[in-house]
Amino acid sequence: MRLGLVIDMDTCVGCHACAVACKQWNTSGTTGPLTDYQPYGEDPSGVWFNRIRHYEVGDYPNNKTVNIPMSCMHCDHADCVTVCPTGASYKRPEDGIVLVDQDKCMGCNYCAWACPYGARELDREDGVMKKCTLCVDRIYDDALPPEERQPACVITCPAHARFFGDFDDEESEVSRLVRERGGVKQMPELGYKPVNTYLPPRVTRPIPTDDVRANTLVSSVKDWVNKMVAR
Amino acid sequence: MHPALSVILFTVTSGAGYGLFVLLVIFHLAGVGPAMSQGEVIAHGVGALGLITVGLLFSTGHLANKKNAWRSFMRFKTSWLSREAVFAVLFYPFAAIYGLSVLLQGPEIGLLGMIAALIAAILAVIVLFSTGMIYGCLKTIRQWNTALTPANYIMLGIATGSAAYAAIASAFGNATAMHAGVAIVMLLIAAVLKGIYYFWISKVTGPTINTATTFNRATVRLLDTGHTAGTFLTDEFGYDPSKKTTSMMKAGVFLLGFIIPALLLAAVLAGATAVTAWLAVASALIGVGMERWLFFAEAKHVVRLYHGDQHT
Repeated sequence: MRLGLVIDMDTCVGCHACAVACKQWNTSGTTGPLTDYQPYGEDPSGVWFNRIRHYEVGDYPNNKTVNIPMSCMHCDHADCVTVCPTGASYKRPEDGIVLVDQDKCMGCNYCAWACPYGARELDREDGVMKKCTLCVDRIYDDALPPEERQPACVITCPAHARFFGDFDDEESEVSRLVRERGGVKQMPELGYKPVNTYLPPRVTRPIPTDDVRANTLVSSVKDWVNKMVAR
Repeated sequence: MHPALSVILFTVTSGAGYGLFVLLVIFHLAGVGPAMSQGEVIAHGVGALGLITVGLLFSTGHLANKKNAWRSFMRFKTSWLSREAVFAVLFYPFAAIYGLSVLLQGPEIGLLGMIAALIAAILAVIVLFSTGMIYGCLKTIRQWNTALTPANYIMLGIATGSAAYAAIASAFGNATAMHAGVAIVMLLIAAVLKGIYYFWISKVTGPTINTATTFNRATVRLLDTGHTAGTFLTDEFGYDPSKKTTSMMKAGVFLLGFIIPALLLAAVLAGATAVTAWLAVASALIGVGMERWLFFAEAKHVVRLYHGDQHT
């Protein structure tokens, strides 16, 4: 098995719900807490397993806002595991999930240096490295109904932009999506072979806006009135 | 990269210590230069082991969870950090056998002592190489991911060590032209290597914001990082010194690290006092400290691409 996520950059609205759900579940999970530093102070900061960044792709008028949520990619060639001197970082052979054994970590930050995706964050309070577990304490939990045996970020996504599954299974939903939508990997040139795959935004027909913008006599008067009249 | 003071102090002092030890073994075993008294050999050895040990103690300073530091010997098979730790510890028993031989037999040590000394010297070079490879093996930082990184670590250790050797020798009134001459040559080789390194990293290569975000056929600009305050990633990788600062530091590296020590050692060659040699060591160590600071400050981790950098 090669478990991982597919993230649809077409439908992701950048609402950060996945990050919040992740924080909520994992702060009381096996690698919790996800410590916050001065949560009510001036510069609230803390440990997150999932971060969403927002980009502008292309130049006006052919530009687009793209939201990119990023968590651990559970790479096939995970350098974070091989550089770890203590053996605290490991990749599970049975499902490919990369985890940190909190009892062995000495907090040297070396794995975070080796990770190109910024997936690992040191918990300054606990002195150990923390990272996405793919909700390993959830996806195998028989006590949960089958539809809830998924990572918290996937279940919560209101845009249904996140998918969880086995990339080794060619008939799984994630494999099918990658195949049909032309899934892409981040920084493939570094050779980490990340499992998590991103679906590029769909190419849609441009909606003509010329008529909306056209300067008619009525619209010119309207524009002038709008400028003159204070609200 | 955020330059951690503990790591700078560690690599500079233990680097000089390993370099000093290698030179001691070469001068002592090969018998080149004037004959050394027992006291002088011991002074070199104690100096080397002192620098190495103080450096290794500094190295634990950047660990967030020191009680697990002993576990760093566990992944010798894959991790250069683990290899460095193992070789650094393995060095001590061989250095101890060598030291004991000198203590018991004087400068004319037996075969066992010689073999131990040779193995310890080889291990010293391997430790320096491992330290360099800790950084050199990281594909995420193009400024480090070059063969020049371990080469620099070895050569800077040897160069500072050779200056320390000349200083200790001159304290024993044994400062020959050869000691200072060797130190000058080593400093100049190290300076050339460092110059090549700075030339090498000035050319931009590797991933860009485009390959990082997967949009290879359009311009990509960061709109928002999604957090209002700093994060672990921005603290660790977001270090951004001004061009002016790095240029000044670079001038300092060449001036204090190589040129001034070489000139001071040249004065020793011309018959200046032992104090001049110690000044050369102090200057070289400060210069190499600046070099180590720059090594971190100029290293641009690819995660910066996600925070808005167009290239590393």
